[in-house]
Amino acid sequence: MAEPRLIIVGAGPAGIRAAEQLVAAGLRPVLLDEGQRDGGQIYRRQPEGFTRTPEQLYGTEAARAVALHESFEQLKPQIDYRPRHLAWNVADGVVHTISAGKPGQFAYDALIIAAGATDRLLPVKGWQHAGVYSLGGAQIALKAQACAIGRKVVFMGTGPLLQLVALQYHKAGAEVVALLDTSPFHRQVMALPKLAARPDMLLKGLRIVAGLMASGMAIHRGVTPVEIHGEAEAGVTGASVRLASGEIRRFDCDAVGLGYHLRPEAQLADLARCAFTFDAGTRQFWPEIDADGRSSVPGVYLAGDGVRTQGADGAEISGALAACAALEDLGRPVPEARRAEFRARARIMERFREGIAEAYPWPAHLAADLPDEAILCRCEGITVGELRDAANAKGADEVNRAKALTRVGMGRCQGRYCGHAGAEIVAAATGVPLEAVGRLRGQAPVKPLPVAAGEVEP
Amino acid sequence: MSRPGQPRFMRLGETGRTPITLTVDGETIEALEGDSLLVAILTARGRLRRSEFGPEARSGFCLMAACQDCWVWTADGHRLRACDTPARAGLSLVTEQPDLSWPNRA
Repeated sequence: MAEPRLIIVGAGPAGIRAAEQLVAAGLRPVLLDEGQRDGGQIYRRQPEGFTRTPEQLYGTEAARAVALHESFEQLKPQIDYRPRHLAWNVADGVVHTISAGKPGQFAYDALIIAAGATDRLLPVKGWQHAGVYSLGGAQIALKAQACAIGRKVVFMGTGPLLQLVALQYHKAGAEVVALLDTSPFHRQVMALPKLAARPDMLLKGLRIVAGLMASGMAIHRGVTPVEIHGEAEAGVTGASVRLASGEIRRFDCDAVGLGYHLRPEAQLADLARCAFTFDAGTRQFWPEIDADGRSSVPGVYLAGDGVRTQGADGAEISGALAACAALEDLGRPVPEARRAEFRARARIMERFREGIAEAYPWPAHLAADLPDEAILCRCEGITVGELRDAANAKGADEVNRAKALTRVGMGRCQGRYCGHAGAEIVAAATGVPLEAVGRLRGQAPVKPLPVAAGEVEP
Repeated sequence: MSRPGQPRFMRLGETGRTPITLTVDGETIEALEGDSLLVAILTARGRLRRSEFGPEARSGFCLMAACQDCWVWTADGHRLRACDTPARAGLSLVTEQPDLSWPNRA
């Protein structure tokens, strides 16, 4: 039997643990990663020449980050590692890549996609101004480059990252003006039974909250974002929210970190023709998987935050499980005892994920309530009103139709940051359920390619 | 072209690295080895570029190579994503696409 061709996309926690299982089975996978270095986003490594310790970089997760990086160093000679390779399409059993302008093709018998997540965004009036960053972006500025996104920073949105980044900025010496969370506190209390599935994480979360309380920064929960104030040249000058009390309050700042938890980067799964399903809990479509990460397409496996937002620990487990599934389907021996352990832990991760989604819900009503003049697509300056008009006057009650009419989802980010809110706006404007409004179809290339990228040499 | 404004990013540490210089829109800026282009520019200026679709300045958004808000160009028109391109000494960049032309416009 010829050596099976195994490809992993993504060198974060899921991709690395998948590679580890395949190497342990005596195989040599190709590991494609867009980044310069391994680790993904959450355990992102700082560049050469930086001197902060893992404890300073990764906090309570330092040991896990170091363990992952060390595992990768040991794996590196045993895999075909391709950093700086963007996987931009999957078609007919082939992954198409580009690296430094050079195209490549990788045919596979089994493909494990661990493409990670990006911030889930919901627009607010003024979010196009310079100085507004995604929460993940704000964290990368600090973690990878030891910079704050501004001198006076407001963090706004919801989700675990909101509180974590606010505290990391405070500890690093940045001035955090306010933490403005759209989730009311009682939602976190109600989610406690599910969050207790991982007592260690719950304790870490409580310590973050305690650290925030002790920091002296203004903290408001249950807020409604109103506007990010700014000037065309100077960028951000402030952020206004309606507090739970009903009072409108403005916070002067020169930067805003904005985000509402995470969304899977599922475009490659889409291009591989994996079936998607609507999740009512988080109000989004995501690829269907079985308990081990098998997609609806034979030979295609999905792992990590690119399919379910379970965080880094869940990603490590799901990566290992996806690799076991691939081994099994290829007729190779599977470490059954380990797999049983992984499956048991995966169930805990999934219960905790549900708890987080309930504690920090996606505030769909905020999208529906956006004023017409607010910019929805920050790539091309398309307003909420233009999308509503297409939905109402032109009958575009499905997102891909609305995209064709308005270009919402067609700009530089390809709908990553406006897509979910756009769907909510269309649903609210037309009365069509979100499930029927649909999702933006993945399009190749999943990121813009240089025009000069040539054909592959035969 | 309007003035590019006060530095947007603030360094909180790791300042012992080797200084390098590069050129942005003809102006020499100082950065540190290991900086991304985005950090090199935004620790010297308030913006990366102007929006093609509105009046406002832009300074990147996601910093993880997803949003494509941070494109800048080399003098010969090669497009770079500033958030995941390392700054190199002597690099010369422009923040507007060189020789930008739209074939469907007169």
